[in-house]
Amino acid sequence: MRAARADFWSGLALGGLGVYIIAQAWRWEYLGNDGPGPGFFPLWYGIAMAGLSLALVISSVRSSDGETIDWTGARRAFATWGALAVAVALLKVVGFLISFGALTFFIAGVMYQRRLWVAALAGVLAAAAFYAVFPLALGVKLP
Amino acid sequence: MDIASGLLQGFAVAAQPVNLLWCFVGVLLGTVVGVMPGLGPPATIAMLLPLTFLMNPASAIIMLAGIYYGAKYGGSTTAILLNVPGESASVATCFDGYQMARRGRAGAALGIAAIASFIAGTVGVIGIMLVAPPLARMALAFSSPEYFALMALGLAMVVLLAGRSMVKALLAMLVGLWLAGIGTDLFSQTSRFTFGRMELLSGIDFVVVAIGVFAIGEVLANMEGREAAKALPVPKGLRNLLPTGQDLKDSRFAFANGSLVGFFIGVLPGAGSTIASFISYGLEKAVSRRPQEFGKGVPEGVAAPEAANNAETGGALIPMLTLGIPGSSTTAVLLAALVLWGFKPGPLFIGENPALFWGLVASMYIGNVMLLVLNMPLVPLFAQVLRTPAYVLYPLIIGIAVVGVYSTSGSLFDVWLVAAFGLLGYLMRKLDYPSAPLILGLVLGGALERALRQSLMMSDGSVSILVSRPVSAVMLSLALLVLLIPVFGKLNRLRLQAIEK
Repeated sequence: MRAARADFWSGLALGGLGVYIIAQAWRWEYLGNDGPGPGFFPLWYGIAMAGLSLALVISSVRSSDGETIDWTGARRAFATWGALAVAVALLKVVGFLISFGALTFFIAGVMYQRRLWVAALAGVLAAAAFYAVFPLALGVKLP
Repeated sequence: MDIASGLLQGFAVAAQPVNLLWCFVGVLLGTVVGVMPGLGPPATIAMLLPLTFLMNPASAIIMLAGIYYGAKYGGSTTAILLNVPGESASVATCFDGYQMARRGRAGAALGIAAIASFIAGTVGVIGIMLVAPPLARMALAFSSPEYFALMALGLAMVVLLAGRSMVKALLAMLVGLWLAGIGTDLFSQTSRFTFGRMELLSGIDFVVVAIGVFAIGEVLANMEGREAAKALPVPKGLRNLLPTGQDLKDSRFAFANGSLVGFFIGVLPGAGSTIASFISYGLEKAVSRRPQEFGKGVPEGVAAPEAANNAETGGALIPMLTLGIPGSSTTAVLLAALVLWGFKPGPLFIGENPALFWGLVASMYIGNVMLLVLNMPLVPLFAQVLRTPAYVLYPLIIGIAVVGVYSTSGSLFDVWLVAAFGLLGYLMRKLDYPSAPLILGLVLGGALERALRQSLMMSDGSVSILVSRPVSAVMLSLALLVLLIPVFGKLNRLRLQAIEK
């Protein structure tokens, strides 16, 4: 993906955030009897964000820079994040030790393609280590 | 309190067995973190922050600071043995350090790096001791407009040097300000940007954002690659790690140059240790009688950047402790730690907490000695850390991040936020948005808004108060000039050169 195209989309997203901030700040008091209200500061940084995002979008459209962003490894990063999200979702259902052990198993077995028993051992040992260090040694509650 | 009695009190605090232990743990952890490419001090400090709530604040700050300066020592190991900097500040060390290692002089390079780090670390501590108290006294005269202007200048400096695009750096900072604004407004009790969620009424915890952006973001970025680099062998035995007399003679100016350059650059917000190490390396090369040898493995090419990198730590702590203005991601996390423990870094900090301040200063003297003793004979052991398989290391980092956040708030919502900020941190890296302005915007956002609103209350809503007071007028003018640098072609080219190098 060209860097300019990525700038275009990220500028658009941040522009949207800037407009949202302005819209919200508009609803709050700007200046009252006691001085600036809760809408004062957000309104100004919202305007700045919208303006700078617009500048980024325009410069990305006008850019002739051929620089690209390397997304080849990104699939692995997104897969890991997806696994983390599933592990967090499972926390309430199966608890930290099982969900964390499963996440370790996934990273070792799928992402790093270790043998099944190596990945399983890594998962079990990592979960056991966390149990030993946090609840047992430090008295810290696990999720 | 004068410096001598302050330092005596500091040593009384730092020399307590429990504080010696935490100082040792900090520098050891810092060295290990520095050795590992991809896991930096801000991520480690942020991850460990929740665990420090159980500790005495003096022990906790001694340990966290130990991680900060310990990482600078450790960063040189991978730079020299792997040609991979453990952190960005060690990039300049790669140039000559790796070449020395390739020529069979890895031991001497590691020894020079350790000695340079020790000398510069000590210079940095002396600098804090001498500069911080008078600066704090001067800042006592500041009122809200001056504070607002000072924070604006600090943020502008960070934005200036954070990345190639100042627009992106500014946008990252504004996102940080927005995140800081989420929650209940303390002046009017209005809830802002809470999306109707009860969990957001008290705002987003800094720890959640820092752990997400730094720790999870770094793990995701490191997950992109599968292969690890191969390290050059470390010579066995202390004698083989000692540089020769000629090496030390060649490096004597580099020790002094790096220490002074690093310290002064450290005091400036935003510049940071990477820029300090490059400037020091460039200066050393410029004054050298053999500049053509630089990059081929000269000891002074290792000594200068390593000294600058380490002295910068002392300099960077000064604005954080005396003005409450952090100049980098790591000092922002340390500032947040002090605030979370109930302290208010700023001009009154040293006077109100002499034991904590001087205890920290004294612990840094002790920590630097510990690091020298640890690093010289134990380098081969630290190099073994590089053998930790990624499929073990990364889940452990994720696990510590999750448990750390949950232990602070007991809220699964915060764990979700960590995952979300982790994705944000990763995307920021990919899209070339710097994370330092976001973190500084988040840390300073609340105080910046408070100072602005208090200033305007003082002047019945007139913004002229910000420019009618000389100190704030000068600082705001400087901030404006800093932000206008991209408009001046020549200055902008210099800025880009500093960043790209």
